[in-house]
Amino acid sequence: MPETKKFLYVNRKAPYGTIYALEALEVVLIGAAFEQDVSLAFLDDGVYQITKGQDTKGIGMKNFSPTYKALGDYDVNKIYVEQESLDARGLTLDDLLPLTWEDEDDDWAEKDSIKVISAAEMAKIMEQSDVVFSF
Amino acid sequence: MKFSVMISEGPYTHQASDTAYNFTKAALEDGHECFRIFFYHDGVNNGTRLASPPQDDRNIINRWSALAKEYALDLVLCVAAAQRRGIADADEAKRNGKNADNIAPGFRISGLGQLIEAGIQSDRLITFGD
Amino acid sequence: MSQLHTVNKSPLERNTLESAIIHAIKGNALLMIEDGVYGAMQGTHKSAMVSDAMDNISFYVMGPDLKARGIDEARIIEGIKIVDYSGFVALVAEHDVTQSWL
Repeated sequence: MPETKKFLYVNRKAPYGTIYALEALEVVLIGAAFEQDVSLAFLDDGVYQITKGQDTKGIGMKNFSPTYKALGDYDVNKIYVEQESLDARGLTLDDLLPLTWEDEDDDWAEKDSIKVISAAEMAKIMEQSDVVFSF
Repeated sequence: MKFSVMISEGPYTHQASDTAYNFTKAALEDGHECFRIFFYHDGVNNGTRLASPPQDDRNIINRWSALAKEYALDLVLCVAAAQRRGIADADEAKRNGKNADNIAPGFRISGLGQLIEAGIQSDRLITFGD
Repeated sequence: MSQLHTVNKSPLERNTLESAIIHAIKGNALLMIEDGVYGAMQGTHKSAMVSDAMDNISFYVMGPDLKARGIDEARIIEGIKIVDYSGFVALVAEHDVTQSWL
């Protein structure tokens, strides 16, 4: 088997209006079993995927936003959210789900998975990835 | 060089499958290797043998089947996406209690792990979608 | 490391060309395909965005998609290179990673 690769999942679409967000999340969950170096990027309308307070009862669809909170349990804890995308949508970190993971090397301390970064930093993360899954 | 391709849209509505086909064909003709073509989201609709496009139009499904035969391509439809959209092979139809299957020649149905594996095993992975 | 960005929608319909340009690092390449080829035309409200980015990014456009849409090569912004599918394959091979801006 080849060495570990840097996988980046790029999420740029809002949830519910199209299925891309949900099916992207399904890839991330399956991919977690392959022990690659996984990062998630949320930019443009993708930041809407991880906003708090989603309630889909009225549209008859499954609210899959709680699943993002389980990502930490799958060792998916590098979640990059773009500052400019939040700004453009009038959102702040407080509007996002509190995504955390437990660091087994640090007495299972609970740590934030989300890092808010600039577009320039996002560009570097993309370029330094070995495999980009575009959704 | 070893390529893999992900196709995220069905045939005809979007150009994605056409572009992916033209790209894949060019890559193979240029001597590159294609590890896997993975059909995801509505892309699984590229794998139904029941499509009957007009005679004067391209047959996107048959075209993929023919390319797969010529180059021994691995055309994989995501099982979860295919179940949602009613694409089934004989095993899937039986497992889900359906009375028919509709998968086109040269395609197979398998799990999302096949996409991850394509990312690991290939030198390049490129996505075609909307 | 170097990256190829592909854009397949008109910049007058979606923000993918703009997003790709914002996220392209100096030395990256950007290929316009499908409806993305409208982004290569002179005289649109988005042409300046492309021209301004040319110092940092190498732009390419799919010739077969231009032809299909009746876009004369003379109307393409100067400096954008026209490629065919084989050229597309070469661009993907030359760059370490490809991001499709969908």
